[in-house]
Amino acid sequence: MHNVAIIGAGPAGLTAARVLLQAGISGVQVLERNPQPGGLPRFCDHQGWGVWDMHRLYTGPRYAGELVRRAAGADILINTTVTALEPNGHLHISTPGGPEYLQSRIVLLATGIREKPRGARLVSGTRPWGITTTGAFQEMAQAGQIPFRRPVIIGSELVAFSALLTARHAGIKPVAMLEPGPRILARRPGGLIARAVFGVPVRTNTQLLEIRGIDRVESVLLERNGQREELACDGVIFTGQFTPEAWLPRSAGLQIDPATGGPAIDNFFRCSDPAYFATGNLLRPVEHSGFAALEGARAAAQILRALRGELPPPQAAIPVIPGGALRYIYPQRIIPGGIPIQLHGRARHAHKGRLRAMADDTLVFERLIRILPERRISLTLPGAALTGRNSLAVILD
Amino acid sequence: MTAKSFDIALIGAGVVGCAAWRAFTLAGLSCILIEREADIISGASKGNSAILHTGFDATPGSLELACMREGYRLYREIHEPLGLPLLETGAMVVAWSEEELAKLPGIVAQAHQNGVTDVTQITAEQVRAREPGLANDVKGGVWIPGEALIDPWSAPLAYARQALANGGTLHLNAEVTSGSLTGGTWTLTIKNAAPIQARIVINCAGNFGDLVEAIARPSPFTITPRKGQFVVYDKPAHGLVQSIILPVPTARTKGIVITRTAFGNLLVGPTAEDQPERRLATTETATLNALHAAGCRMLPALAGMEITTAYAGLRPATQFKDYQIEALPAQNWITAGGIRSTGLTGALGIARHMRGLYETHFGTLKPLPSPLWPRVPNLTETLPRPHAQPGRSEIICHCELVTHDEVAAALASPLPAGSIGGLRRRTRCMMGRCQGFYCSRRVLELAAPYIPGLADA
Repeated sequence: MHNVAIIGAGPAGLTAARVLLQAGISGVQVLERNPQPGGLPRFCDHQGWGVWDMHRLYTGPRYAGELVRRAAGADILINTTVTALEPNGHLHISTPGGPEYLQSRIVLLATGIREKPRGARLVSGTRPWGITTTGAFQEMAQAGQIPFRRPVIIGSELVAFSALLTARHAGIKPVAMLEPGPRILARRPGGLIARAVFGVPVRTNTQLLEIRGIDRVESVLLERNGQREELACDGVIFTGQFTPEAWLPRSAGLQIDPATGGPAIDNFFRCSDPAYFATGNLLRPVEHSGFAALEGARAAAQILRALRGELPPPQAAIPVIPGGALRYIYPQRIIPGGIPIQLHGRARHAHKGRLRAMADDTLVFERLIRILPERRISLTLPGAALTGRNSLAVILD
Repeated sequence: MTAKSFDIALIGAGVVGCAAWRAFTLAGLSCILIEREADIISGASKGNSAILHTGFDATPGSLELACMREGYRLYREIHEPLGLPLLETGAMVVAWSEEELAKLPGIVAQAHQNGVTDVTQITAEQVRAREPGLANDVKGGVWIPGEALIDPWSAPLAYARQALANGGTLHLNAEVTSGSLTGGTWTLTIKNAAPIQARIVINCAGNFGDLVEAIARPSPFTITPRKGQFVVYDKPAHGLVQSIILPVPTARTKGIVITRTAFGNLLVGPTAEDQPERRLATTETATLNALHAAGCRMLPALAGMEITTAYAGLRPATQFKDYQIEALPAQNWITAGGIRSTGLTGALGIARHMRGLYETHFGTLKPLPSPLWPRVPNLTETLPRPHAQPGRSEIICHCELVTHDEVAAALASPLPAGSIGGLRRRTRCMMGRCQGFYCSRRVLELAAPYIPGLADA
């Protein structure tokens, strides 16, 4: 039996592997379904990676390479797909040699996220060729195979600008960037950068109503302030609206938080079956890879304690409940004790108000905040403040 | 211009065309199947609910019922040698109101009249015992044990590949624009290609059936395509129901079906919307949201499940409820028109029926003594799949667990995929929850040499 199996060789999984190896843990296996480890940064062929966790600036592919290099010594099984989770850390895996059954004391789920594609967004219209997501577009661009020359970009999260960068690299010119909300979701100068640097008009308050085209995309129908307009284009790139890649824990019946879309964890990164830990962007949509990598390290630190039998029994956990304008909060369960407890969440919409935490009826935290929905909200509570309590509510008034 | 002459030219490579091509080829005739699109089942047959129907609720005495019963029997007879799946789920008509409950005895009586004698009415408790996930306002149900799930893409592909393997001819990207009958031989004019000659023409042109019929005569039926939209849920939703959940049909409301698929998903749909457009089936956000809401009302746990995608299909509805199948002896013509949503079930029976019409009007048949039975690759979860085999190639599509070799085979095998949609329907690649987020590049690399126009427009 192995000590730890890590599912997913992206920033979170590889960083967790590195921490476990450095702590002298043997029998660490990383299961990666792709032919190369490194995760999604492999295809983001522009600068912007590594600042948080490596304190250096890399391109996506260089960063992915660095993650792999730093996890040297880990047993990374490529072309290995986990097909089902069973209780107590038993995994069904598909390998090139055939199906296998793998047993580990602890399994860390680090399967990351993906963008929400057109299908799941239930967008109206036909289904021609040329509709894609940023992730798929970047992979295709890296391979020199691009299905369009003049796509529209849907959304304005940070990843939409990554799509713009890739488009410029590949020598194609998006016809517009569309954002249904009143402002760009990425950091403030984003719109200016899009217009000034890339020459791509950004249209806020603009809804995509319909995709048109028979074999290929021919146009999109837009609506702005009640006015409809048909915009000619030959492709549609759906960006962002990230979704945790959580079908394995969902199929296995591990508890899923409907608000995050990822498995519900306690403050030791444990899922509802304590043989399973979860970390990185699987936990929620979405943080940058540096944050996910550091989360991988933090989960690994708890796994080390679990291997030594130092973690409290999971049954002692109390629920954490988001309230008010808070869209979600995680960890979803906490075990009161000596160590400070870090919680992260996001607001439903742009909001100015009071963030408070109530342990039963007692106020244990309060802060005035002004927050945008895509920004992380973090708070740290002293563990002792929750001792003897039955639940914790975190409320954004 | 000299053109090769065939015994039979079939117009339209939907499921009916593929089944009839197979039937007449195995009957010893030289047959050409003509299709305007780049691949088979590119029209009405590509989007349906994938159910093998017993015919329990068909109109008694109708041709549709007879063809469904025969198609149902034939599918069960030939699915194994062709490598086709059969997932025996049974179906349940569920009543959600007293008004619907009152209709159940009539449904049972009609089923028995139709020869589906194992259909029984069951109580609300029995419904709940079988389907504990359904909302608790269930009033009662009808249990139809014989309804089953099949693979709606591989079935017509298997029929077509058997026709091809036994000497049939396929002509894709070929739109028939007109035709003339001279001296007992039809000459069909094909857009941008040489004409085709055949003794008998079979019109199985689906949503274009009335237009093709006009080549032989003023069409006695008019097609108004009926659109059905569906929402597809991801694998974890698959286990929320065991059987096919059917609505009680009423005059006022369109019923919505909840069903698993043989691919391990869950479907909610269809709608029924008449439209003039024959080729394009669009989805509409508001309709899909309404389908999702209706699904969640019947099956509350659906609310927490991920939607994989949505699709729309077009059924060739006419002003008549029944199939429009007949032989025109003077015109050397056989029509199979107005084959609505039951075509997947009925296809083999329709083909058998048309074979009978041929023998009555056009001559005797000498079936091939020992036809080949090529097997199609399995796409479903009911039979072993390549990803679970020792020595498998790289998994390219991670959501649907499709391997490199399956994609490569679908591009290079007999009757290869002619479009990206055809590749999806032959392999399931890009059809999962990520819709190509993870696999577009790999699929594109493999497909671009075979399917023109995918990269760099």
